[in-house]
Amino acid sequence: MATIELENLVKRYDDGFEAVKSIDLSIADGEFIILVGPSGCGKSTALRMIAGLEDITEGELKIDDEVVNEKAPKDRDIAMVFQNYALYPHMTVRDNMGFALKLAKTDESEIKRKVEEAADVLDLTDHLDRKPANLSGGQRQRVAMGRAIVREPKAFLMDEPLSNLDAKLRVQMRTEVARIQSRLGVTTVYVTHDQTEAMTLGDRVAVMRAGELQQVGTPAELYNDPLNLFVAGFIGSPAMNFFPATLEGDTVKLPIGEVPLPDSLRAAVRERSSSGDGDGDGDGDGKSSELIAGLRPEDFEDAAIVDRQRHSGGLEFDVPIEVVESMGSEIYAYFNYEGEGATSDALNELAADAGAEDLPGAGGGGRGTARLDPASKVKEGETYKLWLDAKRLHLFEPGSGASLTHGAERETATA
Amino acid sequence: MSGRKDVPKWVALNTVVLIAALFPVFWILMLSLKTPADVLDGRLIPSKFSFDNYTTIFEQNVFTKALINSLGIAVIATLIAIVLAAMAAYAIARLDFPGKGLILGAALAIAMFPPISIVGPLFNMWRSLNLFDTWPGLIIPYLTFALPLAIYVMSAFFREIPWELEQAAQVDGATPAVAFRKVMLPLAAPAVFTTAILVFIFCWNDFVFAVSLTSTSRAQTVPAAISQFPGASQFQSPVGSIAAAAVIVTIPIVIIVLIFQRRIVAGLTSGAVKG
Repeated sequence: MATIELENLVKRYDDGFEAVKSIDLSIADGEFIILVGPSGCGKSTALRMIAGLEDITEGELKIDDEVVNEKAPKDRDIAMVFQNYALYPHMTVRDNMGFALKLAKTDESEIKRKVEEAADVLDLTDHLDRKPANLSGGQRQRVAMGRAIVREPKAFLMDEPLSNLDAKLRVQMRTEVARIQSRLGVTTVYVTHDQTEAMTLGDRVAVMRAGELQQVGTPAELYNDPLNLFVAGFIGSPAMNFFPATLEGDTVKLPIGEVPLPDSLRAAVRERSSSGDGDGDGDGDGKSSELIAGLRPEDFEDAAIVDRQRHSGGLEFDVPIEVVESMGSEIYAYFNYEGEGATSDALNELAADAGAEDLPGAGGGGRGTARLDPASKVKEGETYKLWLDAKRLHLFEPGSGASLTHGAERETATA
Repeated sequence: MSGRKDVPKWVALNTVVLIAALFPVFWILMLSLKTPADVLDGRLIPSKFSFDNYTTIFEQNVFTKALINSLGIAVIATLIAIVLAAMAAYAIARLDFPGKGLILGAALAIAMFPPISIVGPLFNMWRSLNLFDTWPGLIIPYLTFALPLAIYVMSAFFREIPWELEQAAQVDGATPAVAFRKVMLPLAAPAVFTTAILVFIFCWNDFVFAVSLTSTSRAQTVPAAISQFPGASQFQSPVGSIAAAAVIVTIPIVIIVLIFQRRIVAGLTSGAVKG
C-alpha cells in the first residue's frame, strides 16, 4: 500500500507526439482513482508509465515518496490487470496466480495458501488446475484479478479490465472489483473509457482529454460542477444537453426561451466573464456574449407536474416531442427545438468518440433529452410543455470550453 | 459441409499422391533387400529376400563412422542454430534497433545464396585454417545456411505471441531474461521444434558441403560416404549397399518427425488473451 505521485509527467514519442502532456496527480494511500477519457486521450499511456512499461520522458513519478522513474517494472512492486488479461496459457490457474510469488522465491506452502485464499475470494477454487484456454471470459478476468491480489502489492493498476466482458457480466464484475478493492484497501489506479464505471467505482475520477487532465474530483463533483464543456459532456448518461446561449445582462437567451440568470450563479458568472466581456469592468453591462448553456436531462420536468414553489425558478417552454422512452422509473423525452445546436471543439470530439450516439444538441440539429417523472403524460409527436430548472444551468465559454458557473453555490440537486 | 459425396474423390486423389511419393522409397527398400547378384535383374520384388546388404554396410567401418559423424554434426549444428536463432528472432520481433532491416535482409540474401558457389573458396580457406575434414568444418557452413531459415521461422512465431504476456511477467517481477525463458520460450516451443526439425534435416541431407569439405571418415557424413561406397568386390556394383544405406539414413528423420510431431501443435497460445 502506498501513495503514488505524478509530477509533471510527460510522455513524448520519438516522432514528437505527446501522448501525455504534463500530468500532475497525487493519489492517496488506499485510494481508488479512475483515469477516464475517450480513446487516445493518453490514459493507458499514463498507467503504463506508472507500471514502468513506458519510459517517462519528463517529470517525476513517486511511489511512497520514492522517485521510481528509472526502476524496472519488477522493482516497483505493483500489480497490473491487463485489458486482455494476458494470462500465461501454458500454466494452470494456480501457476498463473502464483507466478509472481514463485519469482519472489516465496515458499511453496506460503504460495499455496495465498493462491487458495485468493481463489476463494474470487470463486475460482474449482478451477485452480485448469488452463486458461478452458475458462470462460469472466473466469479469465477473475484469474487476472487473482494474479494481482496474491501479490499484496503496493498498488493495483487496471487497464480497462472489464471492457472485454459482455454487458451483464461487466456489471457483476464491477461490483466485484469495488468489493475486493475496499476489502483489501490497496491503492488502485483504474483506466476506463466508460463513464459509468468511472462514476460507480472511483473515490476520485480524473478526466483526461488529449493527454491533459481536465478535472479531478469525486464523481459527484464532476457531475454537479464540471470545470469545462468536455467534462460536462463526458460525464453523465444520457449526456448533458447543450444549447447555444446569449448572455444579455442578467438574462440567458436560449433557443427555447429566455431564462433569468439565477442569483446563485450571478456572482460566479460575473467574475469569470469579466475578462471576456470586452470592457474589463466585469459588470456584464448590457453587452451580450455568446455562450453555451448546459442542462442535464433531469433538470427538465413535465411542466404540469412541477409544484408551484419551484416553478418560479425556471422556465416553461413548448417543444415538439420526437421520441418518448419509458423506463418505468422514469421517462426520457427527446425533443426538437428551432435553430442550430451548440458547437465547439470539445463537443465535436465527444460526439466523434461516442460514434453513432451523437450527443443531443451537440452540432447538427437542435435536439435535447429530458428525464421526466413517470407520471408525465408526454406523448410522441405532440408539442408538449416542459419546464427547466434555471438553478441547474451551466454556462460555458465556447472557445476555451471553460465553465462560467463552476464553483457557484448551488442548491442541492432537485429532480 | 459439402459432405460425403466428396470422400471417394479425396481418397482417390490422396492415394495417387501417396503412391507417387512413396514408390521410390519402396523401390529403394526392395533393392536393398536383394542379394548382390540379383540387384540388376530388373525386377521390382526380389526373388529372394536377404539382409546381406545391411550386414555388409555395417561391417564396413566407413558407414558406421559416417553415421556417427552425420548424427554428431547435425545435432550440434541444430542446437547452436536454435539457441542463436531464438535470441536473434526475439530481438527482431520485440526490439527496435538500428540495422534491424539490414539483418533480416542479409539473412534472406544468405538463404538464397547457392551453396555450390561458396564451396570452392571454402575448400581453400578450410585447408589453410586446418578446418578441412573436421566436424567444425561442416558445422560452420551448415550454420550459415540454417540460421537465416531458423531466424525467419522463429521471429514470425514470436511476433504472434502477445506483448502483454511478457509485460505481465515483467510486472510480476521477472527480469527480461526470466520472462523470455519462462513465458516466451514455452509458448514458442512449437516453433522451436519445427525449426529444429527443418535445420536437422537440412544438415542431415546436405551433400555438396559434405562431399567437398571432407575426405576421410574423420568427418565424412553419410551422404558423402555413400557416394564413395566400394562394391563388395571390384566387379560388383555397390547399388545394393547404397540402397541399404539410404534406407538406414531415412530412419532417424522419420523417428525425429514422429517424436516432435506431437509437440508441433497449433493453438498452444489459445486462452492467453481474449479476442
